[in-house]
Amino acid sequence: MVIAADPLLLGPIGLEIVLIVLLKVVVSFALLMVSVMLMVWFERKLLGDMQNRIGPDVAGPWGILQTLADGIKLFFKEDLIPENADRPIFKLAPYLSLVPAFLVFAIVPVGGDFRTGDGTVGWFGNRTFLQVADPPMGILLFLALSSVAVYGVMLAGWSSGSKYPLLGSVRASAQMISYEAALGLAIATVFLTGGSLSTHEIVSSQSGWNWNVVTTGVVPFLIFLVAGTAELNRPPFDLVEAEQELVGGFHTEYSSIRFALYFLAEFMNVITMSAIAVTLFLGGPDGPILVEQVAWVWPTLWFSLKVLAFLFTFVWLRATLPRIRYDQLMDLGWKVLIPLALGWFLLIAALNVGRDRGWSPLVVVFASVAVLWAGAAMLRGAVRKARAERLALEFESDEVLDAGDGA
Amino acid sequence: MSAEEVTVATAPVDLGDDVRVRRRAGSAVLRMTEVKAADMAHAPRDPVTGEQADERMILNMGPAHPSTHGVLRLLLEMEGETVLRSKPIIGYLHTGMEKTGENLTFLQGPTNVTRMDYASPLFSELVFSLATEQLLGIELPERATWIRMLMCELNRVASHLLFQATNGMDLGAVSMMIYGWREREEVLRFFEKVTGLRMNHNYIRPGGVAADLPDGWQDDVRHLLDIIPPRLDEYEVLLNNQPIFRARLQGVGVLEPAEALALSATGPILRATGYDWDLRRDEPYLAYDRVDFDVVVGTCGDAFDRFAVRLEEIRQSLHIVEQILDLLPGGDYRTQDKKVTPPPRARIDESMEALIHHFKIFTEGFHVPEGEVYRAVESPRGELGCYLVSDGGPKPYRMHIRGPSFANLQTLPHLMYGRLVADAVAVISSVDPIMGEVDR
Repeated sequence: MVIAADPLLLGPIGLEIVLIVLLKVVVSFALLMVSVMLMVWFERKLLGDMQNRIGPDVAGPWGILQTLADGIKLFFKEDLIPENADRPIFKLAPYLSLVPAFLVFAIVPVGGDFRTGDGTVGWFGNRTFLQVADPPMGILLFLALSSVAVYGVMLAGWSSGSKYPLLGSVRASAQMISYEAALGLAIATVFLTGGSLSTHEIVSSQSGWNWNVVTTGVVPFLIFLVAGTAELNRPPFDLVEAEQELVGGFHTEYSSIRFALYFLAEFMNVITMSAIAVTLFLGGPDGPILVEQVAWVWPTLWFSLKVLAFLFTFVWLRATLPRIRYDQLMDLGWKVLIPLALGWFLLIAALNVGRDRGWSPLVVVFASVAVLWAGAAMLRGAVRKARAERLALEFESDEVLDAGDGA
Repeated sequence: MSAEEVTVATAPVDLGDDVRVRRRAGSAVLRMTEVKAADMAHAPRDPVTGEQADERMILNMGPAHPSTHGVLRLLLEMEGETVLRSKPIIGYLHTGMEKTGENLTFLQGPTNVTRMDYASPLFSELVFSLATEQLLGIELPERATWIRMLMCELNRVASHLLFQATNGMDLGAVSMMIYGWREREEVLRFFEKVTGLRMNHNYIRPGGVAADLPDGWQDDVRHLLDIIPPRLDEYEVLLNNQPIFRARLQGVGVLEPAEALALSATGPILRATGYDWDLRRDEPYLAYDRVDFDVVVGTCGDAFDRFAVRLEEIRQSLHIVEQILDLLPGGDYRTQDKKVTPPPRARIDESMEALIHHFKIFTEGFHVPEGEVYRAVESPRGELGCYLVSDGGPKPYRMHIRGPSFANLQTLPHLMYGRLVADAVAVISSVDPIMGEVDR
C-alpha cells in the first residue's frame, strides 16, 4: 500500500521534490487567502446588487480592497475577553475553526488534464498532481476535518461564559453533527460509483462528462448541497450565528482579530465546500479543452468556474431565503435528509450488486423501491407516534408544573 | 384585566393535525423583578418553588438586541431553547411626552404627539387634532378631512411596508428588509413633498392641515398606486409562497379572539384572530363612511395571519387612496375660524385684528372650552386613542394617549409561551410594537 499515488513522491525524495511540495503548500495557502478576500467582496457586492444597493465601492477599484480594509481595522481593534470566559479555550477556539478550513483544501485537485492524461502536470521536470496531498483516505480527511471544525464553534460559545453564545454553541453542536451524517451518506454514494476514497481517483473516474452528479442520480448531489450549506452555517441554516435571535451566536463575545479569524474561517469553508462539491459531483477540473495552445489552462479554468457557480448559489440563497427554525432544521436533517441519503445509498448499492451478478435491473429497481417505500412508511409512522407522545407529555408536564404555581 | 383571567384556554387549542398551542393554566407572565432576575442569572433557580433548576435559565433579551424593535426588553425564562414564562419590560424610551403635552398649547400639541409612533406619525397628529376639534366644537372644511384621509392611508401603507421589511429581517430574509424600505421610501418622498418632512410631520393640526397639497400631487399619488401593487405581488412570491417563510410563521404565536379581547389587543392582531373590528368602519371618523374598503380578517390568529392581514391592508389602503383621488373636494384646507387658524401673512400687514390674532395664537394659544373627550382612530397598529381634558385654558389639563402598541405588548408572554426562541423573535416582529408609542 503506497502512502500517496502522486508520481512526484514515488521516486527518491530529494531537495527539489521537497521544494516543489513546499511551493504547492505556499501557493495554495496564498490562493486561498486571496480567494477568501475576493469571496467576501463578491458576496457583499452581489448581495448589494440583489438588494438594490451598491455595496462596497470606496476601498480600491469597485471596492475590491474592502476585505483588506476590514481586516486591518479588525486587527487594530481591542481584543476583549469576557470576565467569565474560560481563557485558554476561548483563545484556542478560533484556530480550531480556521486550521481545518485550510487543511481541507489540500486534497482538492484544482487542475490537471484528466481526459487525455492522468491528471498530472509537469513542474520543473517532475510530474505531479495539482493538489497538495492525495492521501488514500482522501475524502474521509474532509469529513474528519469538518468534524474538528465543529469544536471551534462549540468551544467558542461554551467558553465565552455568556448565554447567547452558549445557545449558539448548543445549536452548532446539534446542527453540524446531524448534518455531518447526511453529508457522509451522500458522499458514500460517490464512493460506490467512483470506487475509491482518493479525490484524485474520484476525479479521474468522472473524466469525460461522466460526472457523479448524473451517475449517482442527482439526489446525493442535492443532499450534499443542503447538508453542506447547513455544515457551513450559511443562510438559510445560519442558526449558529442567527443575528436576529442570538445577536451573534457563538462569536458574540469575540472581537478584534479573533473575530476576524472566524470570519476568515467561515468564508474559507464556503470556498472549500464548493471545491469539494465540484470534486465529488461535477468532475473537478473536467471539461473540454477549447484552445490546444494553452491546454494546461482549461482544467483549472473549468474548476474555478464551477466553484464560482457554487459561490454564487450560496450568496443567492442568503439573499432569498429566511432562516429555518431549530426544530425544523433537525426535522429536515434527521427525518428527511438522512433517511433519503441512506435509502439512495442502498438503492445504488443494490443496482451495483445487481449489475455485477447479472440481475435484471428492472427487478432490482422494483424491489428496492418497494423496500424503501416500506421503510419510509414505517419511518413516517414512527415519527407521528413519537410526536403524538411528545405532545401529550409536554401538556402533561405543563399541568404538573402549573399545580405548584399560585401566581 | 388580570392575566389570570386572560389565559382562558387551559386545554390545548386544536389547530389541525400538527399545530397545538401550549398554554399555561396560570400565567405566562414571569412575575419577577429585574433585580431578582439579575441575581438569578448565574445561579438559576426555579422562580416558583425556589428549587435549583439546572435546566432553566433567565435570559435577558434587549433593550439592545437586534430584533426587539428598538428598546423593548424581555426577561425570558428558558428551558434549553424553549421560552417558558416571559416578562416584557418597557420604559427605555420614556421621555414624558404626555406630561410635556400639558405644557404645550393645543396648536403645539401635534409637534409633540407626532413623535410617539414614529412609524405612523400622522395618526397621532390626527387623533390629537380630532380630540381638540371636538372640544372646540368646530366644523372642518371637507377638503381638510379628505386630505387627512389621503395622508393617513398613505401613512398606513408606509407603516405596513415597514412591518413587511422588519418582519422579513427578523426571520432572516435580509433582502426583504431592503425591499420594504425601498417602497416605503417612495411614500415618504411624497410626504416630504407635501409636509416638508419624512417623519414627525406636524402636518395635521387642530383646525385642518398645515398646507394644501402641492401642485401635481395627483401624479405623485398615481405613481405610488402604479408601483406599489406590483411590488406587493413580488413580496408574495418572495415570502408568501416560500415554504420556509410559511413554516416559520404558521402556527406560531396563536391568539384566540377571546384572548385578544381580554388582553385588549387591537388592530391587525385582533383582526388576524378572525374578530371583525375596524374603527374606520365601525366608528367612522373623517369620511371613511363614504369610501369603499374591506376590513381584512384572518382565521388562525397566528403570526402568518398577522403578516397576511397587513399585506392585504396595504392593498385596501391603496384602494381607498385611489377613490380619494377622484373624490377629493375643493375648498379650504383648514377652518376659517379666526380664533383657531392664524391669518395669512399678507393680512397681518393690513389688519390690526389679524395681527392680534396671529400674536395671540402663537404666544398664548387659543383657548379650548372646558371639558373632556376621548377620540380614537384606527392606526396601523390598532386603536389609537387620545383622551384630553381641558380646563378652559390654552393648554390641555391632561393628555393621555392610548397607544395600541402598549396594549398589544401584553400579548407577548402568552404568544411566546412554550415556543422556541426563534419563534419569540417572530412573535415580537408580528406584534410590531413601536416603542416610542409604548413609552410615550
